[in-house]
Amino acid sequence: MSNPRYWRENPSRYNLIGRRCENCKGVFFPPREICPKCRRKSLGKMKAYKLTGKGKVYSFTIVHDPMPDFTLMKPYIMAMIEMEEGVRLTGQIVDCEPEKISIGMHVEATLRKLGQEGGSGIIRYGYKFRPV
Amino acid sequence: MMFGHNGKDVGIVTYGAYIPRFRILPEEIARVWGEDGQAMKSGLMIFSKSVPYPDEDVITISVEASRNALARSKIDPEDIGAVYVGSESHPYAVKPSGTIVAEAIGTSHFITVADYEFACKAGTAAVQTSMGLVSSGMVKYALAVGADTSQGAPGDALEYSASAGGAAFIIGREKVIVTINRTLSFTSDTPDFWRREGQPYPSHGGRFTGEPAYFRHVATCAKELMKVQDAKPSDYDFAVFHQPNGKFPTRVAQQLGFEKKQYETGLTTPYIGNTYSASMMIGLSAILDVAKPGQRILGVAFGSGAGSDGFDMTVTDEMASYNRAAAPTVKWFVERSELLDYGRYAKFKGKIVMKE
Repeated sequence: MSNPRYWRENPSRYNLIGRRCENCKGVFFPPREICPKCRRKSLGKMKAYKLTGKGKVYSFTIVHDPMPDFTLMKPYIMAMIEMEEGVRLTGQIVDCEPEKISIGMHVEATLRKLGQEGGSGIIRYGYKFRPV
Repeated sequence: MMFGHNGKDVGIVTYGAYIPRFRILPEEIARVWGEDGQAMKSGLMIFSKSVPYPDEDVITISVEASRNALARSKIDPEDIGAVYVGSESHPYAVKPSGTIVAEAIGTSHFITVADYEFACKAGTAAVQTSMGLVSSGMVKYALAVGADTSQGAPGDALEYSASAGGAAFIIGREKVIVTINRTLSFTSDTPDFWRREGQPYPSHGGRFTGEPAYFRHVATCAKELMKVQDAKPSDYDFAVFHQPNGKFPTRVAQQLGFEKKQYETGLTTPYIGNTYSASMMIGLSAILDVAKPGQRILGVAFGSGAGSDGFDMTVTDEMASYNRAAAPTVKWFVERSELLDYGRYAKFKGKIVMKE
């Protein structure tokens, strides 16, 4: 992944900055430029909105055949998290053994390394989740 | 005395710590290297040490500690004017850890940031710099972090102690929970421990790390600080020292005339290992977790190379209304632990050469 492409998303990856439609109050993550419900009425009304980072596990899977950046962590948990604001996002669950994860488990966001471009490239950081 | 006078009410406004949850026991390390685990355990006074998960490094640990500090206070991150991260295991040789930490805690972009290195006392050097900026009025608040994911060569004595953790202090002049009455440093060119550029593991001078390095610097700094403050050991409720193992801080505390009840609260290394730049700062955090208004604390950090930073501190009345419960205590971090065998430890620490 190119540095600028990742860098552009740092506010969302570090601090869960999404967008809220000031028209219908709907919250979106990742950030959207236009509200899919209000469409043209939302133009200029999509404001940055920081999620609390708290949510619960909506669904999950245990990954046994990982991508290279995750080899040292296998088996690991990937989950869909339903955030307090209602949006769902996907992230790794850390500080939790695979046999202890359950649907409905309360989790909170944490910042961890997501990967790196080899030994000399950039290190990518972003949100993961852990049990509360 | 050219350094350390503090005529302003500068102090710690809030604090936070972070310790990874994995541990390895000295017996397990000794089993692999054919050494006497019980002897290492009692000799170093280390019963377990923390190990970071593969996705944890100095930056993630610094962010966790800083977010815990912010959670306990009502400080607007945009009021922070300086961010300093002290470590000897910054993930990048060139590119600051501090910029990522600042961005991740939501500071303004109009701040000054730098990474510090002075072996195990880079975090307290950051605290002193922060005190200067705050005292002069150049910034309202400054964030000083000490964090490490320290390295010990496989089979070396350091492998029994080198661990991971971090602590963050926000320094300011308003609503301080701890006034820093005075800071004082003692520094000399002493080659007791070092890591050359590009080397994965540090080297050390064995027993030379003791008397001419740790004990000379810590004891001289502590004595001189108490002298200029016209204080004696019994004037302090707590004392905390850099903790390369459990034995050194215990011995220096006793040599200086402190009693167990004064130094045991801040002695965390026996359970989490030596967190290097965070060592004294995590110990101080453990004290702040229980300290009451009016109590006085002596803290002395040590960094190889070598130097000691001493702090004479008093807990203020502000502590009574401070929201300590908004973030986990050091005790909580110490107690949440999962043991690793040497194989998983080696994997987590990147000691196994992987195929590209």
